[in-house]
Amino acid sequence: MSIRIVLPTALARHTEGQKSFESQAEDLPSLLAEFDAKYPALAQNVKDPNGKLRRFVNVYVNEEDIRFLGGEAHRFADGDEVMLIPSIAGGCCPCVEWRAKF
Amino acid sequence: MSSVSPYLCSTTRYELRCNECGKSYGNRPLSACPDCLAPLEVHYDLEPLQGHLTREKVGRGPASIWRYRDLLPVIRAFQPDLPVGFTPLVRASNLGKRLGSDSLYLKNDAVCSPTLSFKDRVVAVALANAQAFGFTTVGCSSTGNLANATAAQAARLGLKTCILVPSDLEAAKVLNTQVYGARLVRIAGSYDHVNRLCTLIADEYHWGLVNVNLRPYYAEGSKTVGYEIAEQLGWRLPDNIVCPMAGGSLMRKIRKGFQEFIALGLVEAKPVRFFGAQASGCSPIAHAVKNGWDYIEPQRPQTIARSLAIGNPADGPAAARMIQETGGWAEDVSDVEMVAGIQELAEDEGVFTETAGGVATAVTARLLAQGRIRRDELTVVCITGNGLKTTDALQGRFAEEAAVRPRLSDFDAYLRSVQPDLIGSQAEPTLAGGVY
Repeated sequence: MSIRIVLPTALARHTEGQKSFESQAEDLPSLLAEFDAKYPALAQNVKDPNGKLRRFVNVYVNEEDIRFLGGEAHRFADGDEVMLIPSIAGGCCPCVEWRAKF
Repeated sequence: MSSVSPYLCSTTRYELRCNECGKSYGNRPLSACPDCLAPLEVHYDLEPLQGHLTREKVGRGPASIWRYRDLLPVIRAFQPDLPVGFTPLVRASNLGKRLGSDSLYLKNDAVCSPTLSFKDRVVAVALANAQAFGFTTVGCSSTGNLANATAAQAARLGLKTCILVPSDLEAAKVLNTQVYGARLVRIAGSYDHVNRLCTLIADEYHWGLVNVNLRPYYAEGSKTVGYEIAEQLGWRLPDNIVCPMAGGSLMRKIRKGFQEFIALGLVEAKPVRFFGAQASGCSPIAHAVKNGWDYIEPQRPQTIARSLAIGNPADGPAAARMIQETGGWAEDVSDVEMVAGIQELAEDEGVFTETAGGVATAVTARLLAQGRIRRDELTVVCITGNGLKTTDALQGRFAEEAAVRPRLSDFDAYLRSVQPDLIGSQAEPTLAGGVY
């Protein structure tokens, strides 16, 4: 079984810019465990100190919020697209300094 | 303040700061903290304004939100163009009598310039920043009012505009966006789908999306509702605010405005309770408040109040917490109650509001009936949009009458059959004040 993980720019800075990659995770906890192993910086960014997904991160399975599907208990299906996205997202990479016009 | 490029408006330093971890980010088009992913908010150094921003100085300013520009995140070189905001605060005696309040007021943003909703305020501040950051294309995800406001103000500023809306949006709101020449993209999905797409768009294109990457600046525009209420009440705060909730940002910013006025000594400190209003078909924040939660369970919206149909509100958790902190409450009403609210407000006060205003009115009625708001307390209800944009909510409420022949006898017969009390006495009218 394989699913596709999709990340916005804000999170892709932890995956060397990769915004999309394959995963064999069966559910959200195993996906987070996979991040621990493969992308520890990403895991640190999306998890709170208790190891749970931060409350500011939304997870969508295809077009649906995972909370409508059972949350952590939901089992991914082959070919699912799983997107992690900050709830108030949007913006430039923090390493880029914008200059206002005075 | 950090040393990371804070900007100066007239006399005030401001910068983005994370509400959770407190880290500062200067000023840039960015909405979430890269470290903890929490929302960023504009923070000000109010110290230089102490004793300088006085009631008299504000009173000498223009009749628009720009009279408060010292408290808004706009750069010093910004030249205000449009007279946005400074809408009427009107006493609602007739509605108060109906609902059981002796001190009821309406903050009437149904007549906000230029596009008849409170979104004109937030867009004015957002686009000032879009220009400062050098964006030439702007846009938003919208349930309608924001689309109208962005399209209109961007047109005047000569900015290109791309706006994304849910495909089931009211026809009037679609037309009121397209007329300004904006590119309007209908998305097959709910507002939450539209919003999610916009977060990805903000990453891919060099666009200033007012409620995405410009969101911290945009949201500050809502503070002006609070400033105006305080000033128009004679530089004092009300006991209660009743506010419709979609994303949950407006009421938080009204409170921030009150707190800034208190900090600057412009009004006396006083606890103000905040009450949130939602439609039952999309009430995640009200649901959280009723359960004492500080988090939101998302909902799939099913309501005709499309401007409130945000099932996963970005500022919902913060709004729910704030309502509970202030001793307020949140209620939700059915679509039927909402339409009744629209009609009562129009019949009692001559104010025609959109569905969100009907929700606010109906929730106010319920809060007074429940005793959560007392009749002697000064209560301000925020009317955030105009009824002309959601006339479909009243579809079928008023039957089209048969045409009457243009003869007095026909007219008289018609009137006697439908509403004889309109005829009244046949006596000569006299001047109410006597003979002049």
